[in-house]
Amino acid sequence: MAKSIVAENLVKTYRKGEVRALDGLSLDVEEGTVLSILGPNGAGKTTTVRVLATLLQPDSGHATVAGIDVIQNPKAVREIIGLSGQYAAVDETLTGWDNLVMFGRLYHLSATDAKARASELLEQFGLTESAKRPIKTYSGGMRRRLDLAAALIVRPKVLFLDEPTTGLDPRGRMDMWAVIEGLVKDGVTLLLTTQYLEEADQLADDIVVVDHGKVIARGTSDELKQQVGGERIEIVVNESDITGARDIMDRVSGAATLLDAGLRRLSAPVQNGSTALMDVIREFDARGIHPLDMAMKRPSLDDVFLSLTGHAAEETIDESTTGAKSKRGKK
Amino acid sequence: MTTFFRSFSDALVITKRQLQQLTRVPEVLIFNTIQPVMFVLLFRYVFGGLGAGIPGGYVQLLMPGIFVQTVTFTLAATAQGLAEDMQKGLIDRFRSLPIARSAFVLGRTLGDGLLNIVVLVVMGITGFIVGWRPTSGALHILFGFLMLLFFGYALSWAGVFAGLMGRDARVVANISFLFTFPLTFLSNAFASTTTMPKPLQYFAEWNPVSTMVAAIRQLYGFHNKFGVTAHSFPSEHPIPMSFIYMFLLMAIFMPLSVRKYKNASK
Repeated sequence: MAKSIVAENLVKTYRKGEVRALDGLSLDVEEGTVLSILGPNGAGKTTTVRVLATLLQPDSGHATVAGIDVIQNPKAVREIIGLSGQYAAVDETLTGWDNLVMFGRLYHLSATDAKARASELLEQFGLTESAKRPIKTYSGGMRRRLDLAAALIVRPKVLFLDEPTTGLDPRGRMDMWAVIEGLVKDGVTLLLTTQYLEEADQLADDIVVVDHGKVIARGTSDELKQQVGGERIEIVVNESDITGARDIMDRVSGAATLLDAGLRRLSAPVQNGSTALMDVIREFDARGIHPLDMAMKRPSLDDVFLSLTGHAAEETIDESTTGAKSKRGKK
Repeated sequence: MTTFFRSFSDALVITKRQLQQLTRVPEVLIFNTIQPVMFVLLFRYVFGGLGAGIPGGYVQLLMPGIFVQTVTFTLAATAQGLAEDMQKGLIDRFRSLPIARSAFVLGRTLGDGLLNIVVLVVMGITGFIVGWRPTSGALHILFGFLMLLFFGYALSWAGVFAGLMGRDARVVANISFLFTFPLTFLSNAFASTTTMPKPLQYFAEWNPVSTMVAAIRQLYGFHNKFGVTAHSFPSEHPIPMSFIYMFLLMAIFMPLSVRKYKNASK
């Protein structure tokens, strides 16, 4: 399959080389697939997207989109890409309709075509009812959907989404995911940045983990998880059962069991997850311990990030980690 | 040639956006108009006594001064608009579109120019009501208005440059105001320069605002010498000198602004 996006050795420095936003970053995306760039704030995700979308000149390196050189021929690249950024980059005083018609005209559609496309997109994104209202009155999720709609006016072959759900509430995030999944089905090549590990897991075929302007790992979600090792058993028990349960888990796992005293949660690494889980259940039953909750947990991308970088992905996130945290609890 | 027309029609889409904004938030247009009208009324009646001996009274000198002051503030308006678009990421969106780099800034400056037409007409009517009577004839008056629009347009390009500095929109607005406000007062716009301290007289003599004010006064039927010597080139030839200033402004800021837009980043 052809490579739709290629970046080789991109370097971008600021403040006379003091800050290396991109430090030899390379990646490629096959046509019709989704690649997620995963990393904390300041890792270089947005800078990468800005270079590939022709908004920023790299100091060195080489990049092509659909075979077109982004540095030599930026205008041709702009004809075929769609970009939707971290902020809803639409005119807030205008209505959703006015915005889409304006952007359609700037993509050189005729007035009639621009209007037809605007209605079509508003329909597709469930915004028809709000079409004639100023964007100011939209919810965060609606703004992002309209922003994404504006990026799709000319049915781009290659789409860049820079943190499409940052700052959205869980409902808005779910809606956005559904919209993005729909686009992917239609065969668009998508490069998506995110600081939400679950988002990459959900949407991407492949993931590159970026830290300090470099790709530090690449693979499918499963491959990355395997790098961290096997599964863990997690069990929540009553206060009085903690000691007994811990003995059993130590024995089955053969390694040290971790205790989160506040949550009364025990967790231990195991080799063969399902067998080990059954062993634990049998012994609990024999001792009369009734677990409140139990789960076999595959390593999350949080764990992947931690083991790759030595620091948690959340460390540098400044806002709206609520979504990510509540999900961690459930997994 | 087709590229040129396409750029121009792209620019008009941007201009149209600005007009749509005005229909959505009419307050902007209203306040943009009320402020200069208020200036006309205040100056006319507070400083009216300064005009003893002037045929037709102080208002004949005041109106050209206040016209020039108003179009000078276009710089701040353009700067603030651009800075807001920048802050909201809209500049990035426009830059990711397949349009010429110049189209966006061209459209924006045209929009601010159109706004000036409305403001100048309203001010002219207000001036007429409070006694302003240009004596030079329709063609001169029209030419004067075109010069005012062009002066505002030239300053608008300096505003684009200021707006793309990547600073907070309010900061940009304040800085532009701090720059243009003294510029309009350290001139012959409201009072004779000869009563100023010497260094300020030199400044006023070569201040483009003074030259423009003198040019407009001349076009509306009042000859007005200004500055330390009253024999300097700007004072003797205000109309050609104003055009020189305008072309200089545009020759400097058009390429600078387009380049800045090309490399704009937050």
